[in-house]
Amino acid sequence: MAFLNFLKPKNQLEEGGRSSAPVQQDAGEPEKKCPNCHREIPLSRLWANDLVCTCGYHFRMKARQRICMIADKGSFFELYSGMKADNPLSFPGYDNKIENVRTASGETEAVICGTASIGRQKCALFVMEPYFMMGSMGTAVGEKITRLFEYAVTHRLPVVGFTVSGGARMQEGLLSLMQMAKTSAAVKRHSDVGLLYVAVLTDPTTGGVTASFAMEADVILAEPGATVGFTGARVVEQTTKKALPENFQTSEFVLEHGFIDSIVPRKNQRKYLARLLQMHDGRAVL
Amino acid sequence: MSRNAYERVKLARDNNRPTGLDYIRHIFEGFLEFHGDRRFADDPAIVGGIAKLDGMPVTVIAMEKGHTAKERTRRNFGAPNPEGYRKALRLMKQAEKFGRPIICFIDTSGACCGVGAEERGQGQAIAENLMEMSTLCVPIISLLIGEGGSGGALALAVADRVWMLQNAVYSVISPEGCASILWKDAAQAPTAAESLKITAEDAKSLGIVERIISETEMGEKPFYDRLRGLLTEEMKELSRDEDLVGKRYDRFRRLGVGAVVKE
Repeated sequence: MAFLNFLKPKNQLEEGGRSSAPVQQDAGEPEKKCPNCHREIPLSRLWANDLVCTCGYHFRMKARQRICMIADKGSFFELYSGMKADNPLSFPGYDNKIENVRTASGETEAVICGTASIGRQKCALFVMEPYFMMGSMGTAVGEKITRLFEYAVTHRLPVVGFTVSGGARMQEGLLSLMQMAKTSAAVKRHSDVGLLYVAVLTDPTTGGVTASFAMEADVILAEPGATVGFTGARVVEQTTKKALPENFQTSEFVLEHGFIDSIVPRKNQRKYLARLLQMHDGRAVL
Repeated sequence: MSRNAYERVKLARDNNRPTGLDYIRHIFEGFLEFHGDRRFADDPAIVGGIAKLDGMPVTVIAMEKGHTAKERTRRNFGAPNPEGYRKALRLMKQAEKFGRPIICFIDTSGACCGVGAEERGQGQAIAENLMEMSTLCVPIISLLIGEGGSGGALALAVADRVWMLQNAVYSVISPEGCASILWKDAAQAPTAAESLKITAEDAKSLGIVERIISETEMGEKPFYDRLRGLLTEEMKELSRDEDLVGKRYDRFRRLGVGAVVKE
């Protein structure tokens, strides 16, 4: 994935803070074509603009870059970083695949969890990783998210979660499916003690993640143009043999049908989340 | 007796297998069917209502595939729409209000796949069931009687006990779907079925189901009598439990923990 090459080293990213970017452009600097406006955009400019094209198209973003964008500088403290899935069913080819993904992505699993402050409001934060098997949920993802909600109950923290997922990880079979029930039960416990959970759906949020913790938040936000749905659009089209409506399974589509609260562009997310957290905090001072 | 995984898939999908309504008719007395989700429609793929189990009032919810071609079409081949899951949740909340135990029969290749289902929030409907079932304070037993197709099946299986018929299957994805995604070849479904560990024995060894129900005399009176006996006994046991919700949490909480290694 050449797209990933321009990312800063992981250690630098972990320092937190808004992504400051190199703006000067060298001759011959790599460019990326925007799938929406079809223009070639210098990577440095994309980087400076939180991976949003001037036309408004939101490119996919690595979880750690997103944490830098959202969390107050230096506030992110990672939890459960060493946790990763074994190959519980000895599924053929899974060991190799996951090792390759780990090497390519620099991550051990498809979600990063921790605590952070957003606009000085403390929260538990999880961010799913599109470059790790498209954020698929296996046992490690389910366990990390469950633990985070349990941690948030113990420490009376709101949870902010960024979802991106192709669904349950089929290489872990039924154990992946069960993570939907496990995470949902943890969300319920968190909800039942009166704590806030905000989900931000990013491209794509589908399958078992949509049918569990992505759709269980008190406030559900989405990035513009993200795919949000349960069954994949291609499968729906092949099964029903009918043309799909325009905008089918986009953020705009699910907003229109009443399933999310608002579409929030990346550049406004930090302020939006800070305000949300503040309004749910008894000690809020404007 | 031991059949391979894909042979089980074919048996689980067999049109002649007893369907949800067969179980309701033969195990319970005085079934009263209640329709509708009070929001949009009545989904014929999920049947629900109240009945007596050996004299005890219970709420029964079943996915129904239908037997004849006409009936199968009307029932959408047992693929529920969001309103089906919402009807089920409505009836489960009603059961909780009146202190009735809940019994669910699961048999679906998966939640309905369609434009309407997506427009009406299939994912949200399933998610809400998972969340709400986790804290219902009445006993829940779910039985997988045929196909247990992914989230569409799980949406009625956040239970205190999950049982599987001997040749039922329970899977995160259909073997055909898995084979076409991983190997671009749906013909490799038998290999996928084996790898996905979808049989009753697999599910039991993973701690996902508690009991495997023998299919001896399936569809005949002794079969239903045996099942009624097992359900009655288990419900009595569960009704005495004062920490149902806590134990249900732990039941799902431990699944997959053993598979997670820390460096």
